[in-house]
Amino acid sequence: MATDEPSKPGPIESLGLVAMHGVTILGDFSLFALQTFGWMTRRRPAPGTLLPSFYLVGVRSVPVVAITGMFIGMVMAVQLYNQFHKIGLATHLGSMINITVVRELGPVLAATMLAGRVGSAMAAELATMRVTEQVDALSCLGAHPLHYLVVPRLLACALLIPLLTVVADFMGIMGGAFICTRLFGVEAHFYWAHTESYVTMWDVSMGVVKAFFFGIAIALISCHRGLNGQPGAEGVGQSATEAFVASFVVILILNFFLAIFLVTAYDRFILQGASRTFF
Amino acid sequence: MTTPLISFQKLGMEFHQQRVLVDINLDIARGQTVVIIGESGCGKTVMLKLMIALLQPTSGCVTFDGKVLADLDDQALTEQRLRFGFLFQSAALFDSLSVFDNVAFGLREQSRMDDDEIAKTVRQRLQEVGLPEAVEEKKPAELSGGMKKRVGLARALAMNPEVMLYDEPTTGLDPIMTDVINELILQVRQRTPVTSVIVTHEMKTVYKVADRVVMLHPLSRLNPGENQILFDGSPSALKASPDPRVQQFIEGQARERLQELATQAQG
Repeated sequence: MATDEPSKPGPIESLGLVAMHGVTILGDFSLFALQTFGWMTRRRPAPGTLLPSFYLVGVRSVPVVAITGMFIGMVMAVQLYNQFHKIGLATHLGSMINITVVRELGPVLAATMLAGRVGSAMAAELATMRVTEQVDALSCLGAHPLHYLVVPRLLACALLIPLLTVVADFMGIMGGAFICTRLFGVEAHFYWAHTESYVTMWDVSMGVVKAFFFGIAIALISCHRGLNGQPGAEGVGQSATEAFVASFVVILILNFFLAIFLVTAYDRFILQGASRTFF
Repeated sequence: MTTPLISFQKLGMEFHQQRVLVDINLDIARGQTVVIIGESGCGKTVMLKLMIALLQPTSGCVTFDGKVLADLDDQALTEQRLRFGFLFQSAALFDSLSVFDNVAFGLREQSRMDDDEIAKTVRQRLQEVGLPEAVEEKKPAELSGGMKKRVGLARALAMNPEVMLYDEPTTGLDPIMTDVINELILQVRQRTPVTSVIVTHEMKTVYKVADRVVMLHPLSRLNPGENQILFDGSPSALKASPDPRVQQFIEGQARERLQELATQAQG
């Protein structure tokens, strides 16, 4: 009788297989991203696919993003007040809290929340569609899965996550201001005056630009994991988990490199050659 | 001799180093109704998905109407796929869409019909599979298994396919609904000169609808050098086949298989 059992690999072969698997996934993801961008330019999104994605990503995420933003601002106020008060700089809290919120914490934490809420849901939905052969059915009916499933989700994330970040920023600013001025009695006029002199539109834009890239990363990673997961119920769960973990790690890495790039761009093009550069 | 509509040439398929199909040669003529049978896991559904290029073979090639499917670009492949209708094992209806939108999906994506024409075609197809207008607004989750299969069939037929592929169309259905689906397969064939390929375990379906039966055998249980296609012929020849494995399958008897499975489970 013919047998087809593959032999068990040794430790070095196993290591090689893991490395090959990693490279394969990376290559596969790059192709997936390129093809998706290709579909974005080749054809308009399929009718009736954009609005549901925009609703899911945008409208339904507003409460969770608003709450996240508000508590970031409030916690920062609570943590920083004592130190600033001791050295007589409590009125400078506004500048410190607000610059941190709009540049870093707002975009990163809003994106993290959205990777959990939207990214995992997208990965699970697409993985379920794959397991139940709905993705194959799309292909049989002449619709390309990238065009029909991925492009609307990518557009929704790329366009709405920056807007949701603005919501998170606003709520963070309001949360911080409420705690400082109402609870700790910081003079509101000076609180806002220091904020105005220190936080510029560039800082807000920096956060929004970051959020645009975070949105693209969340959508591509989640859709890729959803469409390439393992079969079965366990595979669906695994896709959702992998989508969140990978998105979170990529958000942190992207944030670092975008921060370097944007700070350098600010120094070079706006401050016109100030001394603080990284490249 | 006429060119076959679908042809497998020296076809091989493996998943993660696990070989499923090896050296398969099979020609399907235009207008034929071919039923593929065989034990679970022998690669029947894989063959069906290779025919419509949902999977790409690891060796050999699949040709459809003289064209090698693997050589086609995205657009040409889509054009060829639209000549097929596929009834999936689980019906694969789109959860988020109503029955009407499911059946209209392909028409909206590909045809230049206006909304009235689409609505007329959808209702006609639903009527052909015996579904009333009342189901149009229902979501797939609200339908029974038999209704889902019939909506899936209506969706596949909406595009007027030249080839119908059925993946276990009667699995999980009661005997009456099984016969309803069999009758619908026959009606489709009577109405249009469609070529049909049906994957099934149901012998009643085989005898009722098949012009030709192809029986596959799992690679792990083949004798050395033996062809994976154990049987290829008419339903009456299937009944008369001298191969004990064919007889075991059509009679649905476990025989020594039970012992083999117990041995496998013990490692």
